[in-house]
Amino acid sequence: MPGVDAPARAYPWTALWVLVLAGVLAMTLAVAVGSVPLGATDLWAVFTGGGNELQRDLIWSLRAPRALAAFATGGLLALAGALMQVLLRNPLADPYVLGLSGGAAVGALGAMLLGAGAVLVSGSAFAGALLSTLLVFGLARGVGSWTPTRLLLTGVVVAAGWSAVISFLLTMSPAERLPGMLYWLMGDLSHAGAPGWAWLVLVVAVAAMLPLGRSLNVLARGPLQAAALGVAVRPLETSVYVLASLVTAVAVTTAGSVGFVGLIVPHLLRLVLGNDQRLILPASALAGGILLTLADTLARILLAPQQLPVGVITALLGVPVFLFLLYRSR
Amino acid sequence: MSVLETRELIIDVPGRVSGRALSLRIEPGQRWGILGPNGAGKTTLLHTLAGLRAPRSGQVLLDGKPLSQWRRRQVAQRLAVVFQERQDGFPATVLETALIGRHPFLPPWRMETAADLERARDALRQLDLSHLEPRLVSTLSGGERQRLALATALAQQPALWLADEPTNHLDLHHQVAVMRLLERQSQQGAGLCLCLHDLNLAARWCDRVLLLYPDGELCHGPADAMLIPEALEKLYRQRLMVTEINGTRLFLPE
Repeated sequence: MPGVDAPARAYPWTALWVLVLAGVLAMTLAVAVGSVPLGATDLWAVFTGGGNELQRDLIWSLRAPRALAAFATGGLLALAGALMQVLLRNPLADPYVLGLSGGAAVGALGAMLLGAGAVLVSGSAFAGALLSTLLVFGLARGVGSWTPTRLLLTGVVVAAGWSAVISFLLTMSPAERLPGMLYWLMGDLSHAGAPGWAWLVLVVAVAAMLPLGRSLNVLARGPLQAAALGVAVRPLETSVYVLASLVTAVAVTTAGSVGFVGLIVPHLLRLVLGNDQRLILPASALAGGILLTLADTLARILLAPQQLPVGVITALLGVPVFLFLLYRSR
Repeated sequence: MSVLETRELIIDVPGRVSGRALSLRIEPGQRWGILGPNGAGKTTLLHTLAGLRAPRSGQVLLDGKPLSQWRRRQVAQRLAVVFQERQDGFPATVLETALIGRHPFLPPWRMETAADLERARDALRQLDLSHLEPRLVSTLSGGERQRLALATALAQQPALWLADEPTNHLDLHHQVAVMRLLERQSQQGAGLCLCLHDLNLAARWCDRVLLLYPDGELCHGPADAMLIPEALEKLYRQRLMVTEINGTRLFLPE
């Protein structure tokens, strides 16, 4: 037998490196294609400080920030989805199902209706998402016990409430504001600002969750079993919920409500990579980023010069792929 | 080795107004059986002993320190619980499930070591599950899952076992195999506390017995003194026939 401390199960770096490589390729593709396509030599020139002014402008001011924003948003959404699914031990859990995006949407649309600028719309969306989190968490705790089913039901009902308010806001809005609102609702990265914050939150969130991965594996077997195996269940659940909510709020603030990423990406990865959260959480962040970067690239070029909302693409891509893999799985 | 002790403990059974306070010590090597009819509070007591449920009053002490002052992780390094009901969260293999028994011993950043893997494999071997290692838990039979739960606890190498009907769903051969395994654990110094439905298992394998009555009354003592027809008939409200084979008392419902 090897030394006592030799790792019997090496950390599965291979899968992560493959995803990192795919991520770099997706980003490269995202900055290369568009109304003015750039070849490999052009890209190399710009990345090494050369290229003409138009090319530099195109990459550093337009495409790269947008691709980075797309990657971060996708990563955040997929991470939040993966966390919520473990927390609720329910494969249907997703920040959107739990009403977080609904709260953000009401905040954003309300601000748009009042004619507020981009900064205020983002701030209002963020506040809406956090308000929804507190509402769902507080109501689900209530006077009784805190169970996954109760949290999920509370979230679904709160989401339905938000969706009614959204319909109301859309009905009350003047016609000229409607397209912007609809784009926001379907998810849109064309107004995404500097992605620095989103990246920071993504990196911090993944780093914070990695050491909790094995505890989450145990938590997936039920709170009693987890407590019997030494997991401090309540603090773990609370911190995961708060983190997932924060992560969702940042994502929604960056790109509006992009659906399906949080639901589909973790499941796809579980079908392929198994259920170890130590791998699934960082892999979700990477794969979600890749999916949204590619989807946004398609959204830019598919009907150019017309741009599609990225949420439409994620749904159109994600749904058939997911159904196919689910159909083929055991 | 660890000692689990209760002081004036009254468990919190919903709707029960009174109850006799329980003071007992589970010492290394002792094999306690908890007997009682449905709804008497066997599972509630077991969860309270494990610190998973707050008592109505009184204290549970692990090695002289109240359970509430221990960190869960430290408790889990000494005490294993085998539950009657289990949740399948996400799909997991048999080996992965046995490996989670090592969780309390691993620091957050550490992957399972070769020694951990060997402990989990050994636990599966002892419960006759080696051939199922790569199988998904959801494809196992009820008895196989029960043995897997015991294997997970065994991988935890506990000084105290709290097991809720450890022979549930098991065929006769595996019932005996599991009770032998638990007996070996106690001979190596572990304290056992088992909720049992089968009087004959208690008579054969337990050296101390706690009788729990539905109204909160209780009594405990050496198995020989407790397992007498008068007490058991009152406990289960069922007439019993008693016989003796090879020095072991056997109980049959009349």
